[in-house]
Amino acid sequence: MYETNYHRAGTLDEAASLFSKSDDPKFLSGGQTLIATMKQRLAAPSDLIDLGHVPEMHGICEDGDAIAIGATTTHSEVAASELVRSKIPGLAKLANGIGDPAVRHMGTIGGSVANNDPAADYPSALVALGATVSTNKRSLPAEDFFTGMFDTALEEDEIIVSVTFPVVEKSAYAKYPNPASRYAMAGVFVAKHKDGSVKVAVTGAGQDGVFRVAAMESALSSNWSADAVADISVSADDMMADIHGSAAYRANLVTVMAKRALEAAG
Amino acid sequence: MGVEGIGARALRKEDKRFITGKGRYTDDIVLPRMGYAAFVRSPHAHAKVVSIDARAALEMPGVDAVLTGDQLVADGIGNIICGWMIHSKDGSPMNMGAWRALEPEIVRHVGQAVAVVIADSQGEAKDAADAVVVEYEELPAVVDPIAAMADGAPQLHPEAANNLIFDWDIGDEAAVNAAFEQAAHVTKMEVHNNRLVPNAMEPRAAVADYNEAEEHHTLYTTSQNPHVARLVLSAFYNIAPEHKLRVIAPDVGGGFGSKIYIYPEEMVCLWASKRVGRPVKWVCDRTEAFLTDAHGRDHRSEAELALDADNKIIAFRVKTVANLGAYMSLFSSSVPTYLYATLLSGQYDIPAIHCNVKTVYTNTTPVDAYRGAGRPEATYLVERIMETAAREVGLSPADFRRKNFIRSFPHQTPVIMCYDAGDYDATLDAALKAIDYDGFAARKAEAASRGKLRGIGMSCYIEACGIAPSAAVGSLGAGVGLWESAEVRVNPVGTIEVLTGAHSHGQGHETTFAQLISERFGLDTDAVSIVHGDTDKVQFGMGTYGSRSGAVGMSAVVKALDKVEEKAKKIAAHLMEAAEGDIQIEGGELKVAGTDKKLTFTEVALAAYTAHNLPEGMEPGLKEGAFYDPTNFTFPSGTYICEVEVDPETGKTAIISFVAADDFGNIINPMIVEGQVHGGLTQGIGQALLENAAYDENGQLITASYMDYCMPRADDVPSYQLSTHVTECPGNPLGMKGCGEAGAIGSPPAVINAITDAINNNDLTMPATPEQVWQLCQGSMKMAAE
Ligand SMILES: Cc1cc2nc3c(=O)[nH]c(=O)nc-3n(C[C@H](O)[C@H](O)[C@H](O)COP(=O)(O)OP(=O)(O)OC[C@H]3O[C@@H](n4cnc5c(N)ncnc54)[C@H](O)[C@@H]3O)c2cc1C
Repeated sequence: MYETNYHRAGTLDEAASLFSKSDDPKFLSGGQTLIATMKQRLAAPSDLIDLGHVPEMHGICEDGDAIAIGATTTHSEVAASELVRSKIPGLAKLANGIGDPAVRHMGTIGGSVANNDPAADYPSALVALGATVSTNKRSLPAEDFFTGMFDTALEEDEIIVSVTFPVVEKSAYAKYPNPASRYAMAGVFVAKHKDGSVKVAVTGAGQDGVFRVAAMESALSSNWSADAVADISVSADDMMADIHGSAAYRANLVTVMAKRALEAAG
Repeated sequence: MGVEGIGARALRKEDKRFITGKGRYTDDIVLPRMGYAAFVRSPHAHAKVVSIDARAALEMPGVDAVLTGDQLVADGIGNIICGWMIHSKDGSPMNMGAWRALEPEIVRHVGQAVAVVIADSQGEAKDAADAVVVEYEELPAVVDPIAAMADGAPQLHPEAANNLIFDWDIGDEAAVNAAFEQAAHVTKMEVHNNRLVPNAMEPRAAVADYNEAEEHHTLYTTSQNPHVARLVLSAFYNIAPEHKLRVIAPDVGGGFGSKIYIYPEEMVCLWASKRVGRPVKWVCDRTEAFLTDAHGRDHRSEAELALDADNKIIAFRVKTVANLGAYMSLFSSSVPTYLYATLLSGQYDIPAIHCNVKTVYTNTTPVDAYRGAGRPEATYLVERIMETAAREVGLSPADFRRKNFIRSFPHQTPVIMCYDAGDYDATLDAALKAIDYDGFAARKAEAASRGKLRGIGMSCYIEACGIAPSAAVGSLGAGVGLWESAEVRVNPVGTIEVLTGAHSHGQGHETTFAQLISERFGLDTDAVSIVHGDTDKVQFGMGTYGSRSGAVGMSAVVKALDKVEEKAKKIAAHLMEAAEGDIQIEGGELKVAGTDKKLTFTEVALAAYTAHNLPEGMEPGLKEGAFYDPTNFTFPSGTYICEVEVDPETGKTAIISFVAADDFGNIINPMIVEGQVHGGLTQGIGQALLENAAYDENGQLITASYMDYCMPRADDVPSYQLSTHVTECPGNPLGMKGCGEAGAIGSPPAVINAITDAINNNDLTMPATPEQVWQLCQGSMKMAAE
C-alpha cells in the first residue's frame, strides 16, 4: 500500500469539506473493495475520508411504504434486519449471500452501490425494486444512478447517504456464484410491485453491468411463475465472457436463475 | 496429556500455540537494524533485459541499496540447480539452462526477479521497487508444452534445442508392442493433468543475518528441509561453507512440497545481508506466491491399455509431455519420471508397461513436486483408463479392477517398483460397502426425479512413500541420499528430547513423535519435546516430503530408542543386581521380572548422568543417535468412491458422498491420519473440480489471485467417510506406510469418473468447471433428442 492520510468525518459536511481540501481523496466505507485495491497498489489516494462515523448515514428504518437503509449499513445488518426480512425478503437474502461473514460484517450497501462492480449483487435489487439513491446533493432513481460497469452518476465529491426501497408484494434473488470469487456470475432479482408491475434485473452477466429483461417482465406480469420465464433467454451478444464462463453460458444462467428466483418467491 | 502410545488419538501438542496465535513463523522474527527486501519483477513472460536504472529508486526515502543480477554474478553466487540427473533414452544428460537468482540478461517467466531493493521498511522497499526503471525488449513467448517442442517455437535456453529437456523412457517397448498386436480390445485416451498452484497458508519468507566479525550467516526461512537448504546454499550457491551457515526453519505454515526447494529470493536475502551489512527480511505476498512458488502437475498424456479376450490387462503404453516451466527447479526432473512412471502399474498385474516422457521448457513458472508429486498424475491416468476400459467392455468398474488386482506379494512390476504388501480386495470391499454401492441405482432414480444427474466413480490407487533407499535413488540420478536421522537425548531428570531431521510444516510431529517415546517407556507425552528445524541444533537430516517422516523419520527414532533402551536396561540391571534380560520397561519404570524390584525411568537417567555407579567401562550419559536408510519404498493403497449430483441446468457438480478406505500400514495417531486424509481429499477435489493455473498466450498468469484461482472451501466438499485397513509394511520397524499424500493422489479420478458417469460423457478434463460440464450436458441432451 502507498502512504495515505486517514481522516474520520463526524458529519456529512465535515466529510465534504475534508474532501474538498485534499489532493486526491477517496471516501472510505467498509473498505472491502477500496483497501484491497490499495493493498495491491492499484489505487493510491492521498487521503482517505472515513464515512463510518457519520450518524445519519447508518441504520435501517421504515419510511411509509418503504425501507430506508443508511449507506454505511453493513451487509450483515441488512441480512439480519427483521424489518427487511419481513417486508422485502429477497433483499435480506441477497445481503446474506454477499462474500463471506467477514466481508458482510465490514462491507456496506453504500460502498457496494458506489462501486457498481458488474458482478456485485446489490445493483440488481436496486433496479428491480425501483430504489432511490439519496446523496448529500440529490435523490435519483436506481436506473439513472447505474451508468455502466464500475460507473455511476455520482460526482467526484458526492456522498451516498441512503438507499430507499419500496416495499413490494413479492421479491426474490437467485445468484449463481463465480466458483472462485463468489461474486455473481448471474444474479437475478425478481420483484412484483404493489401496482402489479414486475421488474427483473440481472447482475454479474451483462457487459454493461446491471440490466433489466423486458421479455421476462411482460411474461411475468400476466403469469407470475417460473414456467413463464423458462423459455425466455437473453442474447449472448450482450453478456460478459471470461475464464469462468462464456457469454453463452452466462446467458443460460440468467434464465436458470430467473426460474429459481421465481420458485423462491412463490 | 498423559501416556499416549501408538494408536492413541492424542490431541496435538502444537495446537495450543497455533490456535492462540502464539506460533513463531519466519515473519515473526524481527532483528535489530533489519532492512526489508522488495523484488523488481518482470511483467513479461520472455524478454531481454536491456537496462536497469535505479537512480530514482536510490533517491527515495529509506532506501539502502538496489542490487542486480550483474552484481550477483560478479560476487560468484552460483546458479540455481536441479538436484536429480535424468538421462535421455539416447544416453545424453538432461539439458539444463542457467537459472540465476536475479536475472541479468533474459527473463523467462512473468514474475522473475531482475533486481532487489533493500530499504528501512517494507513499504519503502516496495515503493522504490516500483521506481526502478527496467527497459525490456520483448521476445515471443510460448506457454503450451506441445507448441514449445515445435520447430520455430520461441527458444528459452540455448542448452535445450526445441525446449526439450529430456526424452526419457521406462519399460520394455518391444514387449508392449508385441502385446498390443495380440490385444482383443484396446482402450485409448488422452489425459490432461491440470497445473496447480500450491497455496500454502503461510507464504514463503526469509530473514538473513550476516555477522561480519564471525563471517557467519544465519537464515530463518520457510523450509521443509533446512539441512538440504544449507547443503545446497553452501555447496552450489557459494553463500558460505556449511559450518558458517545456520538455517533455521521455525514454525512453517504448510508447504505441500513448495517449501522443499531453494528459491531465488531466499538466496538473494543471504547475499544482500552481507552486501548491505544488515539483516534482510523478505515476506512473499500472495501475488508473488502465485507467480514464483513452484507449481504442480501439468502433464499431457496419451494412454493405451491392451486387454485380452478375458479382459485381463496385457500391456499399458503411455506417452507424456510434462511442462517444467521456465527453469528446472530442485527436484523437477524426478517428478515426471521416477515418481510418476514407476507407479503406472497401479494395483494391477500388468505384464508389460512402456512410458515415454518428454519434459519441456515454457515461459511459465517452474513446476516441481506438489502433494503427491508424480503419483497423482500416474493414478489419474491409470484410474481414468481403468474406468473407461470397464465401461467399454461392459464390466462393472469393480469387477474389472478385481479381475486385474495383484494378489501375491512381493510383486515386481515392470516399472522398477517391487510392492511389498497390500490387500486391494479388502479396501475395495470396504469402500463399496461404506457407500452402499448396491443402492446406487435407486439413488440415481430418486435424483432423476428431482432433475439431477447422479453418478458414481471409483479410484483404486497405489502410491509410493517413504522415499527411499539411498543407493536406489542414487542409481536413478538423485544428488542426495534419502535416509533420515534421529537423536534421543534423555535428560538427567528423565525427560526426553528427540532431535529429528524431519521437519513438520503442519503434520503434528511434536505429537506423533512423542507418542513413540510414550509407547516405549510409558512416559507422559508432556515429558517429551521434539527438536527440529535448526541446523545448529539438529544433526544432518533430509526433511519432510513424500510422506516420509513416519516411515523413514520415525524409523530412525526407533533405532535410537533401541539403543537408549538397551543402555537404560544395562544400568538398571547393574543397579538392581539383576540380569539384563530380566529387565522390563512398563509404565515409566524398569522392573526386574518376577520380583517387586524396580527403578523409575528418572532414577535410571539420573544414575546415567551422576555416573557414580555404572557398569564397568560404560560411558556416562543417556543419549543415542541413529540414521535409518529405508529398505524399500512403502506402498500405501486404497479405494476411494465418490458419488456426485450434477445440475444439468448449470453444470454444477455437488459431491454427495465420498468414502475412503485406505491401507496406511500401522497408524500412530488415527486423528492426525484422518486430518491428513481430509486435507488430501480436499486438495484432490480442488484439482478435479476447481483449481487451474491458466496462462494466456502471452504468458500472463490469468489466475494470479483468489478472485480467479478457485481454492476448495468447506462447502465444496462433503463430510468424508473414512476407514483404514492394515497390512503391515514389512520394510520398516513400525510397519508404517505413510498417509500424507494419498488423499490428493487417489481422489481426482474418483471425482471425474463419477461426473462422467453422471453425464454419460467421457470427454471431461480437469477441472470439471460448471461451464464445461454444462456444455457436455448440452451435447448429451442433443444426442438424446436426435
Ligand atoms: C472477499 C470478498 C468477497 C466479496 N464478495 C462479494 C459478493 O459476493 N457480492 C458483492 O456484491 N460484493 C462482494 N464483495 C464486495 C463487498 O460487498 C464490498 O462491501 C463492496 O464492494 C464495497 O463496499 P465497502 O463498504 O467495503 O466500500 P469501500 O471499499 O470502502 O468503498 C468502495 C468504493 O465506494 C466509494 N464509497 C464508499 N462509500 C461511499 C459513499 N457513501 N458515497 C460515495 N462513495 C462511496 C469508495 O470511495 C470506493 O471508491 C466482496 C468483497 C470481498 C473482499
